[in-house]
Formats: sequence, C-alpha cells, structure tokens
Amino acid sequence: MDLGLSLDTSLLLVALVPFLAAFVAPFVHRFIRPVSGWILALVPGGIFLYLLGFVEPIVSGGTISAGLDWIPSYDIRLSFFVDGLSLLFALTISGIGALVVLYSGAYLKGHPHQGRFFGFILAFMGAMLGLVLSDSLLALFTFWELTSITSFLLIGFDHGRQAARRGAIQALVITNIGGMFLLAGGILIHQIAGSWDLSAVRGMGEVLRGSGLYGAVLVCILGGAFTKSAQFPLHFWLPNAMEAPTPVSAFLHSATMVQAGVYLLARMSPSLGGTEAWTLTLTIIGGVTLLWGALGSLRQTDLKQILAQSTIASLGLLVLLIGLGTEASIAAMAVYFLAHALYKAGLFMVAGAVDHETGTRDITTLRGLADKMPVTFIGAGLAALSMIGLPLTIGYFAKEEMYLGLIGGQWETALALIVLVLGNALLAGVALLVLIRPFLGDLAPTPKPPHEAPIAMLAGPILLGAGGIVAGLLPDWVGHDVLVPAASAVLGETVKSHLSLAIDLTSPLLWLSALTWALGILFYRQADTMRTLLRRFEQGLGWTADTVFDAVMFGLIRFAGAVTRFFHHGQLEFYLTVVFAGLALAVFGPMFAFGGFDWLVPAADLGDWSKRLVLPGLQPYEWGIILLAVLGLVAVLIAGTRLVAILSLGAQGTALAMIFLLFGAPDLAFTQFMVEILSVVILALVMTRLRLDERDHRPFEDWARDGTLAIVCGAGVSLLLMLVLTGTLDTRLSDFFTQTSVPIAHGHNIVNVILVDYRGFDTLGEISVVMGAGIAILALLRRRKAPLPPRSADPTEPNHRVTEAEA
Amino acid sequence: MNTIIFRTIAPLIVATMLVFSVYVCLRGHNEPGGGFIGGLIGAAAIGVFGMASGVATVRQALRVDPMAIAGFGVFLAGFTGVLSLFTASPFMTSIWLYLPIGETTIPLSTPLFFDIGVYCVVFGTISAIALALESDREEEL
Amino acid sequence: MDYVLAALVGLFIAMGVYLLLSRSVIRMLIGMTILGNGVNLLIFTAGRVTREVAPIIPSALEQPSGPIANPLPQALILTAIVIGFSMFAFLLVLAFRAYQSLDADNTDTMRLAEPEQTPNPPLSY
Repeated sequence: MDLGLSLDTSLLLVALVPFLAAFVAPFVHRFIRPVSGWILALVPGGIFLYLLGFVEPIVSGGTISAGLDWIPSYDIRLSFFVDGLSLLFALTISGIGALVVLYSGAYLKGHPHQGRFFGFILAFMGAMLGLVLSDSLLALFTFWELTSITSFLLIGFDHGRQAARRGAIQALVITNIGGMFLLAGGILIHQIAGSWDLSAVRGMGEVLRGSGLYGAVLVCILGGAFTKSAQFPLHFWLPNAMEAPTPVSAFLHSATMVQAGVYLLARMSPSLGGTEAWTLTLTIIGGVTLLWGALGSLRQTDLKQILAQSTIASLGLLVLLIGLGTEASIAAMAVYFLAHALYKAGLFMVAGAVDHETGTRDITTLRGLADKMPVTFIGAGLAALSMIGLPLTIGYFAKEEMYLGLIGGQWETALALIVLVLGNALLAGVALLVLIRPFLGDLAPTPKPPHEAPIAMLAGPILLGAGGIVAGLLPDWVGHDVLVPAASAVLGETVKSHLSLAIDLTSPLLWLSALTWALGILFYRQADTMRTLLRRFEQGLGWTADTVFDAVMFGLIRFAGAVTRFFHHGQLEFYLTVVFAGLALAVFGPMFAFGGFDWLVPAADLGDWSKRLVLPGLQPYEWGIILLAVLGLVAVLIAGTRLVAILSLGAQGTALAMIFLLFGAPDLAFTQFMVEILSVVILALVMTRLRLDERDHRPFEDWARDGTLAIVCGAGVSLLLMLVLTGTLDTRLSDFFTQTSVPIAHGHNIVNVILVDYRGFDTLGEISVVMGAGIAILALLRRRKAPLPPRSADPTEPNHRVTEAEA
Repeated sequence: MNTIIFRTIAPLIVATMLVFSVYVCLRGHNEPGGGFIGGLIGAAAIGVFGMASGVATVRQALRVDPMAIAGFGVFLAGFTGVLSLFTASPFMTSIWLYLPIGETTIPLSTPLFFDIGVYCVVFGTISAIALALESDREEEL
Repeated sequence: MDYVLAALVGLFIAMGVYLLLSRSVIRMLIGMTILGNGVNLLIFTAGRVTREVAPIIPSALEQPSGPIANPLPQALILTAIVIGFSMFAFLLVLAFRAYQSLDADNTDTMRLAEPEQTPNPPLSY
C-alpha cells in the first residue's frame, strides 16, 4: 500500500501516531464528548487497516525494515522491522485496540477523567506497537518500559481506591524489575553479537549459544519475559491489575502487555532457543503456570478474576509451546495467540458489560441474563466456544496444532501432552462457567436492573467472537496468512500449514480433543466442589505471593525511613562533622596511599633535622603581617564581645589583603580591603541588633572533637599545599594569557583582561550570582506591610512565618 | 555614629569615593583596578552616605533603585557579548573601536562596557543590600 | 616563604572548620568567611608567589620585561572574593531573619524542616 510516503516515514508514523493521538485525546474528548470514543477509535483502526497492507509482502516471504539514526556515535538506531511475527502481534494490537477505545467510550461515559483515560490507553497502544515493531534491542527496551509506565497509569486509573494503587505499583515494580533484566540481557547480547538489531541477532544463534555468557543472557531475557508475562511465581501482579477499568483489562490481558513477554520469547527463540536449559525452563515454568492459573481460575467467583487467572494459564500455555520449539508447537503458538486474543478480549468486554449493566460481577449471584442481554450473550457464546475449542472455531485449530507435535514421543513429550490436555480441559471448564452461570437459568436479582449494553460496548465482543468463528471457517486463510508467516519468522524456515476443515475420525487428535471436552464438562460440573477444595488449600497455605510482596515493600519503606532518620536527623553539626571528616579523609587518604610524606620529607633527611630547619627568607614586615593574621584569627576565636570579634575578623582579612599586596596582587588587595570594610559595616549593622550569647559554650567533649577535626583538616590542607609546592607548576595557561594580553586583547592589566575578556563568560555568570544573592537578600529583608501578629503558642505559627520570610 | 563631624564630612568623602570608583573602574584594563573593585568602592560610598544622611536621602539622590542599576549591569554585560554576532564571530568575541578626538585616541571596546556592566552589578547589588539593612535598622530604632 | 604561607593556610582552614562546627549561627558565619579567606590564600599560594611584581605589563611594552606574578590564580580569586562576600551577606541576613522568626541562633533549636520526632512513613499504597 503506497500512501505517497516513504516506507521509513510511514512505518515510523505507525509507531508514533498513537502517541500524538494520546496527546490530543483529552482535548478531542473535551470538544466532542458524546462521540469521542468513535472518533478516537479511528486512530488504531486506521493503523490496523494500514498494517493489513503489509500482509501481502510478508506472506510472500519478505520483511520490511526502516529506521533512523538515534545516537549515531554509539551506532544506536531507532529501527523498525516487520516480519510475520511482529505483523501478527501488531495487527492484533491495533485491531483490538480500536474496539477497546470504542468500548471505553461507552464504558466510562460521564467519567470526569475520560479524556485522560483515552490519552493513557492510546499511549499504551503506541508503546506496545513500538515494542513489537522494534528492530533495535534498545528501542525494544524503551518501548518495553513505556508499556510498564503506561500500564501503571491505566491500572491505577481509579486512583482513589487503595486496591487500584496497590495493583498499579505491583505491576510497575514487577515489570520494571523485568525491564532491568531485559536491558542487561540486551547489552550482553550486544557484547556477544556486536549488533543491537534483532534482525541481525537472529542469524547469530550459534554464536550466542556457544558463548560463555549464554547462561547470563538466558537468565536476563527469561527474567524480563517471565515478569512481563506473569509466569509462576511472578504471576501475582496480574490478578491485582484487575483493579483497572474493564477496557484496560480487556486490552492488557488479551493482546498486549502480558503478551510482550511471549513476543520476546518467540523473537529470541531462534537466537537463544533449542538448548536444554531453554527447553527445560520454558516447558516446566510454562506448564506449572498453566495448571496453577487454570486451577486459580476455578477458585474465583468474580468474572474478571476468573478471566485474569485463565489469562495466566494461557500465558503459561504459550510459554510451554515456545519452549517445546517444534514446528507444530510454534505454529500452535501463533494460532493460539490469535485465538486467545480474540476470545479473551471478547470475554473481558462481556464481563465489563455485565458489570456495567447489572452492578455485579459475581457468578454466584448472576443468573439468567440471556433474556435481558441477548447480544451480550451471543458475544459471550462465540468467545466461549472458541475458548473451549469446538470445531469450526479458531480455538479448535490451535488445540489440534498443539497436540499434533506431541503424539508418539518420549515420556517428556507425553508428560507435556498430559499437562496440555489437563490445562485445556480446565480452561474449557472455565469457559463453560463463564458462559452458563451468568446467562442461563432463571433471572436472579442484581443491584441494577439488567438491560442490554450500548452498541459501542457490544461491537467488540460480537466482532471478536465472529472473528474467531470466521477464522475457524477459513483454515486455509489462517494457515497461509497467519500461521505460516509467524511460525516461519520464529523458526527461521518456511513451515507448512496443517490446518483443514476435514474431521478425521481415525485421527488421535480428534479423540484427544474429545477427551479435553469431556474433562472440561466434568470440571464445570464439579466447579463448586473444586472451588471449596482450592480455597481450603489456600487457607492452609497461610501466605501468598501477595503477602510476600507487601512484606518486601513495607520492609523497604521501613528501611528507607530508618536510613533517613539515621543520616538526616536534623543536627547540623553532625552533618558538618561528617563533611569535614570526609575532607580530612580525602586529603590524607591519597597522601598516605601514594607516599606523599616521603616526597615531602625524604626518609634520608629524617635523621638530620637541621637540614629541614631552614629559616624562611621573609622580611621583618612580612613576619609582621603574618603575625597580624594569626593574631586576628586567634582573637576571633577567643573574643569576649561582639565588637572584638568583628574587629578581629577585619584584622585577619586586612592581613590577607596585605599579603596579596606584598606578593604582587594589587587588584586582589584592593578588593579584599573593600570587602573587609563592607563586611565589618554590614556585620555591625546586623550584629548590634541581635541579642546573642557571643561566648562559645561547647561542652568539653565537643570542644575536643571539633578541635581535633579542625586541626586535622588544617594540617591536611597545609601538607597538601606543601606537597603541591614541591612539584613543578604547569604555566602554559598563565603564559598564554601573559603573552597575548597586549597583542590580542589590548589590555595591560592581565588579571582584568582575563576577567572581562578571556573568561568573560564566567564573569557574566558570576555577576549574575551576585545579583541573585542581592535579590534573595532583599526578599528576606522585605518588611511585611501588615503588622506582625503577636507571638502565639500555636506551633504552626513560626513555620508559617519562616516560609513567608524565605519566599 | 551620627556625629556632626561625620555628617558634615560624609558628602565630601562620598563624592570623592564615587569619582574614585569610576576612575578605578575605567582604568582597570591597563592599571590595577576594574569593575569589581570600582563597584565595591562605590557601594562603600553609598553605605557611608546612608549612615550619615539617612536612607531616604540616599535613595532620593540615587534617583534609580540600586537593584535596577544591577539589573542594567547584567544586561549590559550580556549585551556586549551579543554584539559579536554582528561580526559573525562567537559569543563575547571582543570588538575594538578607536575614536580619534583631537590629539588623543579613545579606545572603545566591548570588554570596557562589559567591565562597566560588572561595575553596575557590584555597585547596585551591594548598595541595595547596605541600604536595605540600614533602612531596616532605622525602622527598628 | 611558601611554606610559611602554607602553614598560614592551614591555620585559616582549621579556624574556619572549628568555628563552622559551632552551634551558633553567627560563629558559623564568621567561620565561613575565614574558611573562604583560607581557600583564597590556598589558590594564591598554589599558583606560586613572587614578590612585588604585579601582572601588569608596562604601557610601552607588548610583553612583560621580566618575570611577573601568576595572573591566573588572581583572576580566579578576584571573583571568589566578591562572590564570597555576596554569600556572606546573604547568610548574615538569613541568620538575622531566622533569629527574628525563631528567636534562636542555635542550630539545635532550628528544627522546623527536620523535626525531632519524624513520624514513620505510612505503610500503605
């Protein structure tokens, strides 16, 4: 499809348009409130249609790539590419995205922050599209983290409730830890393969698997994928994410967020897969997750929780299939992904519609809604049929394909087969539960009188359910356009489709399916018994991953509080003690470490002290000035009155000015003189108005501690300076200034030339600082117009006044 | 502090100091001096004047708020840097202009105006601080 | 003579540190000034000192006729002095205002920002 844009531009647009749409969505919503869902759904819808145009070239075996330089100096590109796998994911994301946006237009109708919600969900979709279309590992990581952040916003959308905040934080923490793993894994892969591009890494499987770092890479990548895709034992964030509004659940748990981990595993399987570690980890974790999630699903009575747990099960199933890695299982993975996305999104939408129109989601209270909500019931029915995997649905083919690769193998494959059959049967039971319990039977009273949902909320389940059926009726098309490109992309070789409508009664596959259905019906009939048993088991266990998470988080908060109180207890002199102790360490440490003392006082000279006792060649008046400085300093310390202290301060400053004057720095001397005069004037202006206790009342321990620290700091700086003075001075810069001052800068006073010409920019900054200090002082001194209120006993009072004075 | 002698002599001292401060600032490029020192001397003069004659008198004599002078100084210093745009050279490249007036030549340069900007900032800020402290004190007494 | 100046720098620093470690705001302020002076002298001495030859080129010459004092540390110190003074004035006024508002010049009693009994952070989401 050619829109007159270059491929680069158009592919970039696909990834970036949702973000733009997210930005304008709140404003769009404000102006066209009633139909904003319909309008905004055009964005993902348009992307879906545009991506459909890619199907033809991809099916014929090509890939499309585009990109632009991001940080060229590090060879980092923002590159995108499309192959069968990413196209399958991108189409599902944008297609379901369109329906979800439409759905949330009706679901959140009248919500004060609906516009914001549209923004979040479009941004999330953009991140997800970017993730599956990225070629660069770093771009993939960036989008990966973006999905974490946007899903945090979506899950915590109803931020008034603590449960929603908790779910959001949990999802963010768990998936971000995974994100860090992914980043580390990506960097390791770059180290080994020398490229950031997934398309290049794919061909380097041998190199990666042979590398000594393979284990580390595997741990990192699996850590990222398992946290994102809620694999056991990190699955617990997913059910809590159900605190999100239902459209979010429908989107996050069908085709997006949680599938990002599956996508990553599928994408990485040609480069990392095939080893024993890979196969074992994925199959075991996937299998456990499948059974755990399916059983967990039966434990629940809340429709959304049931579906969430069954999502965990389906994710485990997908991971298990990727782990098996055979041609049939990868093909099954592709088909099952599509089937699951279609039915799970539909079922979530149904659950939301039921909740929206009846006010409850509890399957123990819902009964007989089929009459009142016929269209919703049809939607639920279509989705559930596909979930059970009856013939003529896409779910059927997914199941066939799964079993196909596992018949007649070793005991390991037989075990996998048993797990799959059991898992599928449990999921079939769940599907029956979700379909039959709320909709059939006699109508039971609900908090709100039930009635049919609006069309925007029905479009999703019906279209998705119909999609599942249509795909089931067209196995050739599914095989040719979905299965083959996606599976080929994962396996790196062209696979053949086995899908066909014909039912072969002699095939063991059919009988396995029949067994699955039979077990499913059994599980459905025993659902209540199983629920009681499972709940008893859970109570017996006493703790869940949730409680562990809470304990860790609260422990972290307590730890942070303790650390803060230890370091930040509000005693200024303690802070300063630490700072100056640090200074002493910084000065003395390197001096000891690098033998500075040997340099200063060579060991050979140690015996002969007379060599070191050379009187410095100072004139008597120079001695006088240094004496003045020393006297001034000591006088400041022991001054009994304010006036003496101020004058002594002036004395040491004046002595300093005279030192500058004697050693060739008249500019400094003048400046120092003026500053001393002004300091004394200002001090006198202020100090006379403070009724302060001018004597130093330090207890002896403090006195000793502070004194020691002061002497150590002073001695350290002195020694360091002496050490510096023994070395040679690099005078290149000074020489440059001296040589060029007159010829280039036309000034004879080199210091002034440096200030106003060579380092003019610095001086500009410095005078700005001076001016800033002046403004701050004036603000502090500004008199309040109103008379001061009398000092009250109100403890908040001084606080208030301080902020006012500082403002 | 407000003795008759001080009050009588203060205007004289202040006038001398102010003139001297400008002199120190302008000669700074070739002799000891410069904007920083000049500004400090000028601010000290204002401080002395404030003590002798009261803050209100000084503010009246200054006509402009000292902080405005400081602001002008920062602007002037920055502006001299921008001028190098017109010679298509980097920010703050100095430009020299020799104006022949009769027998002498007056060298005008962007560093000179930059230094005047520095003078204004130091003079204005520190005068403002001194005056604010003094008026604060006057109000309390 | 360098060594004498180095020892003097040490004295400046030691005095500054000792005064800064006091609890009285005004003494800390004086300590700050002295510490600043000490650091200025440190930079000055580290740039090597020579007697009496200012870094000013005689007006008839393009280059200095003999060895001159190192101009670079002087330029650094000149701005440091002025900025140090601004800082001093700011801290003085801040201390003054704090004294007026809180009726205290002892840092131990200034605990508005970090109160004695900080409550535990809330253990919830």
